[in-house]
Amino acid sequence: MFSIGVSSAAYIAASVLFILSLGGLSNQESAKRAVWYGIAGMAIAVIATVFGPGVYNVFLILIAIAAGGFAGYYVAGKVQMTEMPQLVAALHSFVGLAAVFIGLNADIELSSVHDLIAAGGNQDLLTGFGKKLAVKDAVEIAILKVEVFLGIFIGAVTFTGSVIAFGKLAGKVDGKPKQLPGGHMLNLACLIAALILGIMYFNGAGIWTMVLVTLIAGFIGWHLILGIGGADMPVVVSMLNSYSGWAAAAIGFTLGNDLLIVVGALVGSSGAILSYIMCKAMNRKFVSVILGGFGGASGPQMAVEGEQVAIDADGVAAALDDADSVIIIPGYGMAVAQAQQSVSELTKRLRAKGKNVRFAIHPVAGRLPGHMNVLLAEAKVPYDIVLEMDEINDDFPETDVAIVIGSNDIVNPAAQDDPNSPIAGMPVLECWKAKQVFVSKRGQGTGYSGIENPLFFKDNTRMFYGDAKASLDLLLQKIS
Amino acid sequence: MTVIGAPKETFAGENRVAMTPQSALDLQKLGYECIIEKGAGTAAGFSDNAYKDAGVKIVATAAALWKEADVVAKVRAPSTAEVKKFKTDQTVISFVNPAASDKLLEASKKAGSTLIAIDMVPRISRAQKMDALSSMANIAGYRAVIEAGNNFGRFFTGQVTAAGKVPPAKVLVIGAGVAGLAAIGTSTSLGAITYAFDVRPEVAEQIESMGAEFVFLDFEESSQDSSATGGYAAPSSPEFREKQLEKFRELAPDIDIVICTALIPNREAPELWTADMVAAMKPGSVIIDLAAEKGGNCKLTQMDEKIVTEHGVTIVGYTDFPSRMATQSSTLYANNIRHMMSDLTPDKDGVINHNMEDDVIRGATVTYKGEITYPPPPPKIAAIAAAPKKEKAKELTPEEKKAQEIASFKAATKQQVTLLAVGGAIMLLIGMFAPASFMQHFIVFALACFVGFQVIWNVSHALHTPLMAVTNAISGIVIIGALLQIGSGSWLVVILSFISVLIASINIVGGFLVTRRMLAMFQKS
Repeated sequence: MFSIGVSSAAYIAASVLFILSLGGLSNQESAKRAVWYGIAGMAIAVIATVFGPGVYNVFLILIAIAAGGFAGYYVAGKVQMTEMPQLVAALHSFVGLAAVFIGLNADIELSSVHDLIAAGGNQDLLTGFGKKLAVKDAVEIAILKVEVFLGIFIGAVTFTGSVIAFGKLAGKVDGKPKQLPGGHMLNLACLIAALILGIMYFNGAGIWTMVLVTLIAGFIGWHLILGIGGADMPVVVSMLNSYSGWAAAAIGFTLGNDLLIVVGALVGSSGAILSYIMCKAMNRKFVSVILGGFGGASGPQMAVEGEQVAIDADGVAAALDDADSVIIIPGYGMAVAQAQQSVSELTKRLRAKGKNVRFAIHPVAGRLPGHMNVLLAEAKVPYDIVLEMDEINDDFPETDVAIVIGSNDIVNPAAQDDPNSPIAGMPVLECWKAKQVFVSKRGQGTGYSGIENPLFFKDNTRMFYGDAKASLDLLLQKIS
Repeated sequence: MTVIGAPKETFAGENRVAMTPQSALDLQKLGYECIIEKGAGTAAGFSDNAYKDAGVKIVATAAALWKEADVVAKVRAPSTAEVKKFKTDQTVISFVNPAASDKLLEASKKAGSTLIAIDMVPRISRAQKMDALSSMANIAGYRAVIEAGNNFGRFFTGQVTAAGKVPPAKVLVIGAGVAGLAAIGTSTSLGAITYAFDVRPEVAEQIESMGAEFVFLDFEESSQDSSATGGYAAPSSPEFREKQLEKFRELAPDIDIVICTALIPNREAPELWTADMVAAMKPGSVIIDLAAEKGGNCKLTQMDEKIVTEHGVTIVGYTDFPSRMATQSSTLYANNIRHMMSDLTPDKDGVINHNMEDDVIRGATVTYKGEITYPPPPPKIAAIAAAPKKEKAKELTPEEKKAQEIASFKAATKQQVTLLAVGGAIMLLIGMFAPASFMQHFIVFALACFVGFQVIWNVSHALHTPLMAVTNAISGIVIIGALLQIGSGSWLVVILSFISVLIASINIVGGFLVTRRMLAMFQKS
């Protein structure tokens, strides 16, 4: 058993390790060390708590940790890199659910402690968390109630929101934005109802109010995320990431545990920054993403002129053979078709011929921040030829061939040329400035956002129709 | 069954033919029956037997062909004799030059036949496959270089041989349309040093892509926006022309071969290579004037003649370059015709569906159902998107720059100070009401947020997914909350905390493992 002093010291060590762990992600090499800091921090924190003061039922704890650990091990070992967005969303939902339970627990404890005090029972019989509650004065209890309310509310929104995000990313729920009649007014009404229930709870209305808040907040989370389209998922996932952090912080306040507060704040701010970066990359306001759908389009969009000209694998192979510099722009379509291995093989062969092959990654390519980087890394594409938009955008005019694989909106010139386009002003990869552009695309349809892409109609663009993986494999046969 | 026929060209010296055995096969796939006049393809290198093998019926005379065919495909505009053979509802496809062929249009109108001018096909992407002007211009450009080589006494490419050094030929191509670009390509591939000039500055890139050097003029406002004229050149201002001639005059003594391709639609060819430039050229130099039919870019040019000036410069004014390569040009022309027919037969059933709503068909049709339909209305879509006029970014003076920097610095300072002040005020407000125990935790919270923001900004974009996974794992720290509660006396609390510990463990283990898996994959080359 550790004393309070020892477990506090352990918490400080854990906090520092967590901060180092996040800070280490500034580059690929130090990141490999950083993850170990995180693991060590977590191990210290859990051990210090389990063997610290006021914790009982260690046997139950061990069972739960063993079972949960095994499940986590199994899932993490099995998951495909393309399924990473789903996994992240699913994990967020767990944090949300745990936060809800812990919040409810706090209230149950609180009322049982109150009953005990009211009945004049022996407070020494109280164990663990109950003991802490018993010494709180009226103001502290009031604040505790606010914290419980916040913890439960954020936790429940995170839980159902993440479940829907998971469903959308896994393709189990239709990716199109959908809303019940009433739309955001319904959400607003729910929010007001939850607030009223919160005030009632604050005035001593009992645990049923919190159970209702859980349900209502759950509904808000479900309805809110249901109303956001698939293309906005990077923002949604980072936002839920942020929420799960804030939920943990609120729980930390409830329990008076500084470690929880620190970690919750770290995770919360991390998610908030990611959401900000994603919104910036799409030139969208955070609020308009959350409220769903594209807004702000004024006036008719430019009509697209010309026609889409198709090309076959022979044509692409010939052009690649002549090219000295090639830039590949992957998007969600590459992930869907599981084409990253073929892309990697193509890269390898082209590089073997002495060609300068690089990758251009738009910040919102894919369904998760950094999704493309992970997929390319999985396929063993060296990370030093995978570049960010800002690093490579100026190089397109000197590039012979740009290959667009399964991306659409992030290479849409309308963002720059057409002030009426829904994505006007969004930074895009200027691949059309390359001498030749090949677009690997399944069919002639528009992308996720439903916006016509003038790139496909440009004179130097050729459409390489077909499933990304199938067409790349065909192409690989022509390039030895 | 609809019959499509190609007569023998009646124009003297015309070797081309509007149908080849290959195009006949394709036409038959569209559901047409093909006929051809006896010997029509001989001059282009296609024997009657080759046609027969392709399933084409040979007709002995032109009269019989005109009588039998529902569609007649020709190269040259129908002659007066041929117009007399026009039938009602017969479709005739050929070069027409409708701007200068009033009589032909009138006659066709009277006959009630449909006349399609292949040279009127609008220049839009969709119609490129039937743009006979381009396919013929391409051949003319190629042939012009070959013709020049034939009349030029030296190599194109520079060589250092055992017998001595040979300098490379210098070729100047004036006008970089289709013919000009083809000439540039041919000339550079033969090894000559090639220069090219065009009044449309945007073609500089095309010229350079073909391997020639663009002759730049030092002239403001020279930029013609060719999108306004459907991709063709427009007449230039006298000042610009003066500058241009000055440049050519400077180049003339060095240039061995000049290929003139500059044409302005519906105008006489501009004079760009003046007599004094010809005089300045070295003896043995060659000028090929592809504009000869419209008077020539060089006024010494005589149409359809090859002349040699008194000091030995050869000037070639042939106008029948495509016909001189009849096999090649017939193949391409027949394909253009075939594409036109396939647009006229959308259902591939051998029945002509003359859709006057279609921009391409409407544009090319000059007489239809007893009416003259020339000139066509402007096409619904512009040939080339107008280049957006770019506004120049204003050059800032150093003072302005400095002022701007100071202003932005001030704005940033103001923003930060406001944020700090607002934040501080909120803290103060909370501090006034909240008890000390809460404030202790709140300090930790505020500092942790601050540290979080500072640290996360440095995370590289490529590692955003691992960042999410690792924050996911560490947000599993809620396990501690559950651990603290699991010792409760209430069974409900125990069960709920048990579940919380379980799922938080999934988070922790799953999150860290998957992060590790991802990070291990990032490899340097």
